[in-house]
Amino acid sequence: MAEINSKIPQGPLAEKWKNYKDHQKLVNPANKRRLDIIVVGTGLAGASAAASLAEMGFNVLNFCIQDSPRRAHSIAAQGGINAAKNYQNDGDSVYRLFYDTIKGGDYRAREANVYRLAEVSNNIIDQCVAQGVPFAREYGGLLDNRSFGGAQVSRTFYARGQTGQQLLLGAYSALSRQIGLGKVKMYTRHEMLDVVKVDGRARGIIARNLVTGAIERYAAHAVVVATGGYVNTFFLSTNAMGSNGSAAWQCYKKGAYFANPCMVQIHPTCVPVKGDFQSKLTLMSESLRNDGRIWVPKKLEDAKALQAGTKKGKDIPEEDRDYYLERRYPAFGNLVPRDVASRAAKERCDAGFGVNNTGLAVFLDFSDAIKRLGKEVVKQKYGNLFDMYEEITNDDPYETPMMIYPALHYSMGGLWVDYELMTSIPGLFAIGEANFSDHGANRLGASALMQGLADGYFVLPYTIQNYLSDQIQVPRFSTDLPEFAEAEKNIKDRIQKLMNIKGKATVDSIHRKLGHIMWEHVGMARNEEGLKEAIQMLKDLKKEFWSNVFIPGKGEDLNTELEKALRLADFIEIGTLMAHDACDRAESCGGHFRLEHQTEEGEALRHDDKFMYVSCWEYQGEDKDPVMLKEPLNYEFVVPQTRNYKK
Amino acid sequence: MDKDINITLKVWRQKGPKEKGQFETYQLKNINQSVSFLEMLDILNEQLVNEGKEPIVFDHDCREGICGMCSLYVNGHPHGPATGATTCQLYMRRFNDGETITIEPWRSAGFPVIRDLMVDRYAYDKIIQAGGFVSVNTGGVPDANAIPISKADADLAMDAAACIGCGACAAACKNGSAMLFVSAKVSQLALLPQGKVEAARRAKAMVAKMDELGFGNCTNTRACEMECPKNISVSNIARLNREYICAKLKD
Amino acid sequence: MWLLNSSIGKKLIMSISGLFLILFLVFHVSMNVVAVFSGAAYDMVCGFLGSNWYAVAGTLVLAAGFIIHIIYAFILTMENRKARGNDRYAVSARPKGVEWASQNMLVLGIIVILFAILHFSQFWYKMMFAELMGNHEVMLGGAAVSPQSGSAFIDYYFKGNIVITVLYLVWYAALWFHLTHGFWSAIHTLGWNNTVWMSRWECISKIFATVICAVFAIITIIFYLNGVGGGCSATCVH
Repeated sequence: MAEINSKIPQGPLAEKWKNYKDHQKLVNPANKRRLDIIVVGTGLAGASAAASLAEMGFNVLNFCIQDSPRRAHSIAAQGGINAAKNYQNDGDSVYRLFYDTIKGGDYRAREANVYRLAEVSNNIIDQCVAQGVPFAREYGGLLDNRSFGGAQVSRTFYARGQTGQQLLLGAYSALSRQIGLGKVKMYTRHEMLDVVKVDGRARGIIARNLVTGAIERYAAHAVVVATGGYVNTFFLSTNAMGSNGSAAWQCYKKGAYFANPCMVQIHPTCVPVKGDFQSKLTLMSESLRNDGRIWVPKKLEDAKALQAGTKKGKDIPEEDRDYYLERRYPAFGNLVPRDVASRAAKERCDAGFGVNNTGLAVFLDFSDAIKRLGKEVVKQKYGNLFDMYEEITNDDPYETPMMIYPALHYSMGGLWVDYELMTSIPGLFAIGEANFSDHGANRLGASALMQGLADGYFVLPYTIQNYLSDQIQVPRFSTDLPEFAEAEKNIKDRIQKLMNIKGKATVDSIHRKLGHIMWEHVGMARNEEGLKEAIQMLKDLKKEFWSNVFIPGKGEDLNTELEKALRLADFIEIGTLMAHDACDRAESCGGHFRLEHQTEEGEALRHDDKFMYVSCWEYQGEDKDPVMLKEPLNYEFVVPQTRNYKK
Repeated sequence: MDKDINITLKVWRQKGPKEKGQFETYQLKNINQSVSFLEMLDILNEQLVNEGKEPIVFDHDCREGICGMCSLYVNGHPHGPATGATTCQLYMRRFNDGETITIEPWRSAGFPVIRDLMVDRYAYDKIIQAGGFVSVNTGGVPDANAIPISKADADLAMDAAACIGCGACAAACKNGSAMLFVSAKVSQLALLPQGKVEAARRAKAMVAKMDELGFGNCTNTRACEMECPKNISVSNIARLNREYICAKLKD
Repeated sequence: MWLLNSSIGKKLIMSISGLFLILFLVFHVSMNVVAVFSGAAYDMVCGFLGSNWYAVAGTLVLAAGFIIHIIYAFILTMENRKARGNDRYAVSARPKGVEWASQNMLVLGIIVILFAILHFSQFWYKMMFAELMGNHEVMLGGAAVSPQSGSAFIDYYFKGNIVITVLYLVWYAALWFHLTHGFWSAIHTLGWNNTVWMSRWECISKIFATVICAVFAIITIIFYLNGVGGGCSATCVH
């Protein structure tokens, strides 16, 4: 069994990153010009990395599937970004942010990585402000903060309900500057379909031009994958329609380990599902939990009346409302971490207390906040979210309480990377949501933006040099190498095979089936039996897909159905790996909840003695079961405890 | 209450940028009004694929009104009849039983059609690349609180920064002008001390690029503002004019 | 040269020439007010603005303003049509909040010019132009009058002439629409606008256009009813 080396630097926690930077190898400016780097993805991680690398002098080739780098799904993040600035003088520190993140992740992340993340969080805010990101400010002209789930300090910086947008546009503007200067070559509407290895190192990619359908080859000295997460496996999620796991999955199939695939986050505050036609779920910012109170009725008959539509939320008197988060978790109340809030909602709904016609919704009520702060203040804080909610549901949240339900949101799992953010394939790096590194089993709110930008601005641009320093003698690669030719041929064959199936089922209809299997068996509550069943069902679904899918049009042309089919083929396999991983991890931690492993009160029950490790899955070949390697997690500085948000 | 409706769709189909396009008519039955506009198109596309036909190509991604990718011209309005919303935030509640809905792509020389309802908006990126940034490299920047910024300015900058770059402004403008888009970025950065340093250079470079790319001249009809899904104000255009004229007069 | 090449430069030319024409309108309307009260005084003004060098210079500048404004209107409209692309929208709706005038400035401008030509042929051609040609008498409906006798012209064209009067009123209506948009738009193009002043300028625009056009219209009606000095004869004499 291969040894997993995470390359964590020696020394005390607070000095590891500094030590690393002090001793890492660098590439001198003259040599940087001779080195090419491919960055796939233009989200927070991809855009910030591409921009920063180009500023340093590397030649960057940057790819995205959308029509513009500004559209990456990071843009949809609403709430905010964490940093340990302690501007509010409420006792925050790098250590506290580190600790909250490790604890929020249910002690399944690497200490060294998380500490580094907390350390550079402050630089991110400085950088963004310098770029002209219009963060919210106080009347005195200084930056404002808000509080967020899983923390007892106010450390979240925000720009109205559009923080992700503003941060992404900041990174996009830096990227645009480099494109204008000719240091970054931008390829929009291009989708990476494979990574090419030459002599064991990642040396390029195969991409499909989504406008012409042409299969194109690109070579470089290193490849950085920043393609986000894979929760669209569930069909319905808060991710964008185009978000997919294919780039990461192709890396896995070429030998990169896939870590903790079962760890996906279910966000508690989404607009509930309405019907079969639904294409995606809309997130209502977590910041709403600052002032909104979550409840279901105390009495089952009230719940029945709500489900039948004979009663409305406001008809239920105060004493008959069960503010279950405040009841169960007095210390954190409505601000418990996402996994806890989601499970609590599911628990109430499973017990029959759901409040809409499907029985799968809980109330998020602002009547107290409106009474306390006045409608104007509430409007100022959340107006755009309320309007959005009203447009979707036809309900006015100022009058009747909002209805919310958990939905798939984020994948903590992803490509395994070491401390340098390099995967197990030399020269192949993964950053942002695409890697597994910093969130353990659960991510805290406002930490995704922090991680994406930390990786892209302040970590990868350093660590990649440690790899590239011995590559300066390597001349540019020709894409005529047999490795490229072979990879291209494989892709073309795969596309041809898909086009030739000419079956009866649309891509979406099979994707919906995949979503159902995943939600039922690999969703918020899992058990061994269900997971094994899911693995079998996914095997059948894969067969159905490869024998019955129908794709109109041509392979070498703009073909949106083909794009979806290529992604779906990978989603089915990703789903299978998630089920394998969830099956292996016989404990509950963070977003991974196994029904067999819970406390008497229904809280997650970890087994630190057996599962203090990162599961690193290694691909063994088509239709063969993957093999799992373990990267042990050694907690040297923090003592893992049972997460407690009650007191 | 939301009910089921039958609708007729007139959709622009065009094979490529050089080819001639035409309208195709489709009937859709029993569409629930709680369905979003794009989900309605998904339903139609699934129907088309089931009939062995090629689906209608249109841009869309986040489906929550922020990525700026969706770009349909519905019944004479960019992003449809709703105000302050993108196409993906449009629900079938806005339409009546038996209604005919006409769907066209953005039509502007700056945005050539790629296929059907999908257009090429890279011109907007090129304008940003010309100067829509603050020239700072990663690292070595002062503390975030080193320069206080008045809340009023920060809020105004945020109003302008809310632009999603969808292109509805140029699509709505009878002159095919991109002024609202350009002015939003120029304003955002001119309002903040970090961006002020190179404000003059930025305004000149972005306007020059906009002109070069073949966008029209603004005549202050305010159609852009009225159709903008993010309610970006034309007062930004006044600020751009001011910035630009002052910058040129100083030269 | 940025004024000629850049979109904002070209708009600035439209804006400044437009504002200049607005200034001229203010001057012209004050002159007309004089004619309402006294024909003699009006003739004095006409004499003053006859073939003197400063009047001719002023006229040339004015003409330049007109020509620039008109030429640029056509240039901009042509460029803007090109920027629209080859395919037109099949359905187009005017969004709420967009003034009709703002989208039809060229059409309104053409109407204004056509009437202006009528107006020039009636007055300027037979007054300043005739004088420049060295004629000290022009024929007006069989009678010979001095080209400096503006009051005679007014009486000749307007008094009791319903057709001309209505045509002029139509002209003022087109002018009103053109001004309601043109005025604030010119200010906006100069950059003298923000969210607070936006509605103020629009309001000022409407008031200004209304005052100018209403005064023109009232004077024209008085001329139609009572001729030059009609305002005075209506109030002072009777």
